[in-house]
Amino acid sequence: MPYRLSEDQAALRDAVRILADEQIAPRAAEIDRTAEFPWDVKELLAGHDVLSLPYPEQYGGLGGDLLTVCLAVEQISRVCATSGLILAVQELASLPLLLAGSDDQKARWFPDLASGKLLIAFALTEAEAGSDVAAARTRARRDGATGDWIIDGSKRFISQGSVADLIVVFAATAETDETARHRRLSCFVVEKDMPGFGVERIEHKMGIRGSPTAELSFNGVRVPDANRIGEVGQGFEIAMRTLDRSRPGIAAQAVGIAQGALDVASAYARDRTQFGKPIAEFQMIGAMLADMDAQTEAARQLLYKACTEIDAGAPDTARWSAVCKLVAGDTAMRVTTDAVQVLGGYGYIDEFPVERMMRDAKITQLYEGTQQIQRLVIARALTARR
Amino acid sequence: MRIVVLVKPVPDTASGGERLRPDDWRLDRAATTATVNANDEYALEAALKLTEAHGGEVILLTMAGTGATDTMRKALAMGAASGVLVTDDALGGSDIVSTTRVLAGALGAMEYDLAFAGADTSDGGGGVVPAGVAALLGLPYLSYAAKIEPDPAARTVRVNRINPAGYEVLEAPMPALVVATQALGEPRYPSLKGIMAARSKGLETKALADVAVVGGDAAVGGAASTTAVLSAEAPPPRGAPRVIREPADEAARQVVAFLAERRII
Repeated sequence: MPYRLSEDQAALRDAVRILADEQIAPRAAEIDRTAEFPWDVKELLAGHDVLSLPYPEQYGGLGGDLLTVCLAVEQISRVCATSGLILAVQELASLPLLLAGSDDQKARWFPDLASGKLLIAFALTEAEAGSDVAAARTRARRDGATGDWIIDGSKRFISQGSVADLIVVFAATAETDETARHRRLSCFVVEKDMPGFGVERIEHKMGIRGSPTAELSFNGVRVPDANRIGEVGQGFEIAMRTLDRSRPGIAAQAVGIAQGALDVASAYARDRTQFGKPIAEFQMIGAMLADMDAQTEAARQLLYKACTEIDAGAPDTARWSAVCKLVAGDTAMRVTTDAVQVLGGYGYIDEFPVERMMRDAKITQLYEGTQQIQRLVIARALTARR
Repeated sequence: MRIVVLVKPVPDTASGGERLRPDDWRLDRAATTATVNANDEYALEAALKLTEAHGGEVILLTMAGTGATDTMRKALAMGAASGVLVTDDALGGSDIVSTTRVLAGALGAMEYDLAFAGADTSDGGGGVVPAGVAALLGLPYLSYAAKIEPDPAARTVRVNRINPAGYEVLEAPMPALVVATQALGEPRYPSLKGIMAARSKGLETKALADVAVVGGDAAVGGAASTTAVLSAEAPPPRGAPRVIREPADEAARQVVAFLAERRII
């Protein structure tokens, strides 16, 4: 395999970059300030088939590989992390269906998800079950008469949970606590109009402010068995396999944020004059920019390599996805912090986008597994019995 | 309805590398990435809208170096059905007259109801190639179109032609050549599906020998140029910008004083 992007990948990336620069970048500051979900950006992404990237061609998608999806997330996140997350979440929450859904389920939902007519969210985390996924308390019990499932409980920190039409929910289906922890969960698709489903609140956040992070409640939500993804008791496994494939999407968001901050800092250092010359000519500033570039490029190449390995079906998918997310998340935080430093006081105020990028970067160290969980995954992969 | 759109690859000014070669003062196309001439994109957008409304297809016609296929793929990604590229080493350095005769020869061999072109190109900027092509082929020439209304049944086309006072309405039989303006509406961004579809669309490459150049084969290309660039100079560098960071009232006063000093207002 040539160690370069294919012509298709480069062409799709460039098309998304132009769309991001010309149509999304001018909206980014307002999206952050108003903290409102950018429906116009969602329509833009849908209208230009960006949301169709992760779906198989037979269901109206573009059949893009993981690397291509990540190239798109990176390019959008470079100008607006909230907007990049629209694609990343659509992909994340569709993965359970892609990995474990039946052909009927894919045919039922993928065409509308690929066209962007429907949005989908991934509801795994609970107030008391964050890193410890298997501790989920949301329950689904079987109605013996109809075969339906009745879901009770609540989910917290659900990205785009309040704007999604479909919610992929993980709930405990084991009747007794004696069942192994990792066999307790099952996976369901809840439709937003189902009675008993509700949005309790939207969080006020530090960053990615236009992406609504919701607390969702399930009060006796009746879900037909046709909406169950995979086998009963397979939920934990589906969630883990999903995250193994979705974490590169967050790494891509992180690389995009870092690149966006570096672009602003480089341009500023070129234009800003102090002591009679552009500050870029001061070695301390030049060295900072060089380090930011080297770190961003290193994170990017690790991400691309991880995507390539995962697409090729590498046996250590979990490790690849964890290392790229770990490195990219930390890179985004460091590079955006340094970008604020290069801009000095101007970096700290909203006249320039780097303060927003610094706030946005933080989430990439937290969601889809904290950086500590990434290290746990990597360490387990290293020490696993061979 | 078949609409041929003349598209030219031009240096992408956003890439910042455009320069003339110091030996012959021709554009150094290797130093820049190429993009579709912006005015041609308006023509293409208008053509796509019309074929979407009336049926039919849009075909691209380009005369340029072999690298033009990349630029033409971008135009195909917007929705054109196929393209014809006339490319030949012998055509390097063609002046407006040569270009016009070759394009007229290539267009004359195609089937079409309408031919569209942009008002001018951002590199050469001559702005007379479309008129020349129309003249050589004896086509009605409808320039500066702000609105294009074909009537495929009656085989006529009606155009609102911009003039200093507003516009005049012209009508001509098809086939005709129409010069598009930005008043026709913003060109679309290619969709990702459009980009993927463009990969398998037909791009026909023609050498000079494949084209029945209007006016004979002998006098085209750089050797036959009727004009020559003797020298060229880069524009003088701009001075540093003056940034005013004062409260609004004071800033406005200083801006007005600055402009008045230079007799701009």
